[in-house]
Amino acid sequence: MDTTSPSFKENARKAIADPLVARSRGHIKAGFIAKRRKAADRLPEFEALRDAARDIKNHTLAHLDLYLERYEAQVLAAGGRVHWCPTAEHARQAVLEICRAAGARTVTKGKSMISEEIGLNDFLESQGIVPVETDLGEYIIQLRNEPPSHIIAPAVHLTRTEIEAAFRSHHDHLPAERPLSEPADFVNEAREILRQKFVDADVGITGANFLVAETGSSIIVTNEGNGDLTQCLPKVHIVIASLEKVVPTLDDVNVILRVLARSATGQECSTYTTFSTGPRRPGDADGPEQYHVILLDNGRSNMLGGEFQEALRCIRCGACMNHCPVYHAVGGHAYGWVYPGPIGAVLTPAFIGIEKAAHLPNASSFCGRCEAVCPMRIPLPKMMRHWREREFERHLTPRAARWGLGLWAFFARRPRLYHAATALAGPALRAMAGGRGRLRRLPLAGAWTDHRDFPAPEGRTFHQIWAERQKGRQP
Amino acid sequence: MNAPGSNRDEILAALRGRLHRQDGDGGAEAVATRIAKPARGPIPARGAGGHEARVALFVAMAEEVAARVVRVPSPEAVPEAVADYLKSENLPAEIRLAPDPGLTGLPWDSQPLMAVSEGPARPTDPVSLTGAFAGIAETGTLMLTSGAAGPTTLNFLPETHMAVLKASDITGCYEDAWDRLRVVQGAARDGGTLPRTVNLITGPSRTADIEQTIQLGAHGPRRLCILLVDDGEA
Repeated sequence: MDTTSPSFKENARKAIADPLVARSRGHIKAGFIAKRRKAADRLPEFEALRDAARDIKNHTLAHLDLYLERYEAQVLAAGGRVHWCPTAEHARQAVLEICRAAGARTVTKGKSMISEEIGLNDFLESQGIVPVETDLGEYIIQLRNEPPSHIIAPAVHLTRTEIEAAFRSHHDHLPAERPLSEPADFVNEAREILRQKFVDADVGITGANFLVAETGSSIIVTNEGNGDLTQCLPKVHIVIASLEKVVPTLDDVNVILRVLARSATGQECSTYTTFSTGPRRPGDADGPEQYHVILLDNGRSNMLGGEFQEALRCIRCGACMNHCPVYHAVGGHAYGWVYPGPIGAVLTPAFIGIEKAAHLPNASSFCGRCEAVCPMRIPLPKMMRHWREREFERHLTPRAARWGLGLWAFFARRPRLYHAATALAGPALRAMAGGRGRLRRLPLAGAWTDHRDFPAPEGRTFHQIWAERQKGRQP
Repeated sequence: MNAPGSNRDEILAALRGRLHRQDGDGGAEAVATRIAKPARGPIPARGAGGHEARVALFVAMAEEVAARVVRVPSPEAVPEAVADYLKSENLPAEIRLAPDPGLTGLPWDSQPLMAVSEGPARPTDPVSLTGAFAGIAETGTLMLTSGAAGPTTLNFLPETHMAVLKASDITGCYEDAWDRLRVVQGAARDGGTLPRTVNLITGPSRTADIEQTIQLGAHGPRRLCILLVDDGEA
């Protein structure tokens, strides 16, 4: 997928002024956050499950080579095939070869972020194969020819008005005067149109939430049932998954499933959790004749054994972005690549390079809510900090920021000077603010004061208060 | 593009390099042990009650996600219960059965007005009736397995999915249901394979993609009716 991450600041500026982004913020706040809280509170074991889920993935990542070999052996034993793909280009070609061999003209697709990552739809179209997204949200954004704005709710930025326009212009064989305003109208219309696509498709492509080394199974977790119709009707089923999706056993899957839906939508359990192992068996009444797994690396092996390894625990629930004040303000598209929000700020530099994605790890107030809700306990703020350090080391940080940091470091290394300077600066700022306690303008800090006031220091410095407290504590 | 074999070797070599994998480092043994003896994580206490409590929890959780649960006293009572349900929902008396002797052998001739056929789902079938391998009380979830007697299409294509579940097949947690399946299929460590498809189904199809408003019947069934046969404890 092409990226606009390098222009994050410009994207963000536009997004903040966009009423659609503001409305989706309302939906996310009213929906996901409260529902997750309720589901977590209802399960006394929730925190223990988060610990266990983290430990499972840590163990798996430490033995990733071995679990993938075991997984592959089980897929082969069940009659399936595994296609190892170092890059997005390898993955696109592998999918194309399978589609060509099957004589495919149309493929149905279940929701897959890896498909977005490798830009599969545009590629298939360029090769004369028609990809049909079947998840309702993905279908809507495919009609509008735009990327998802959220990893589990791809059309969360749209209201009925935009969806109605997309349906009316693309479904022009239907009566123009038909009612199209209630959620049920849209769901029923998409259901009718996609039903025939499911039946007609030559190949079905799904993602995978997990791959199980014990059994060679791939797993999809969905609510609509579109992924299941995608994979059980055509004669070929292609699973596209990345390396880190593997987990050791079915028991391990159970642990992570218990935190996945609760963290994502706040459901106790998603409607459909489907385990697929190889193609149709002798005697089976239905199911695909071929089963292929596209196993994608695309930069993940480089994250292993380093300071970003823990990000490979991610199960793509979306809780970090649902709780992120920056994501709320700018929406998903501003991030400019596949994965938005805090996890996107960590993954994007790893996948497309820090020189293109340097703004993303800086787009955080370090409030820590993402880490507090991450079911896999990924230390997202720490990782964003690591990226900022890399950015600084590689002299990618803007000159003014480097100059400011250098100035601060000069004082910070000289405590007496630092204390003297802050003792002067505090009252000076207070005086500048007059009686208001807030500064409308501040030299060198225009990037802050252009958008909001700067609070003036109210009294003593942190160091002064700390010193007094310590004194008071002594016997 | 390289031959598939070399892509595989390239990726595995990269992983081994990053992990400092060496022969005799104990990694292979750790993996073999974990797969041979799968370890359970924390199990929610809510499913730990006896048979009656498990059944009650299953019913409550399934109803919470808009599944309908109809209690029937015996398998022989299923055809009548199916007819009653279809009538109460104003649905056509036309049903597609999974080719499962436990279902096809029921007294369907007691319902002369119902059109009964069997096999995988066709796009025009309005109602399906399948078995269920297990019910999981923890979240009100059905476990269905594919095979000659279990076409997967029946679980997704018709607008109404009805499933027969024996009360004795309700487990407290997911792990117990999987252990039952490992017994039936043979565990993977002994060369057993899962059925092509195992479906965990919790309520009817739904979506929230239109302005985060829950709407039932997105692509899969609009209705899920569970016929719970009270056959006593396992």
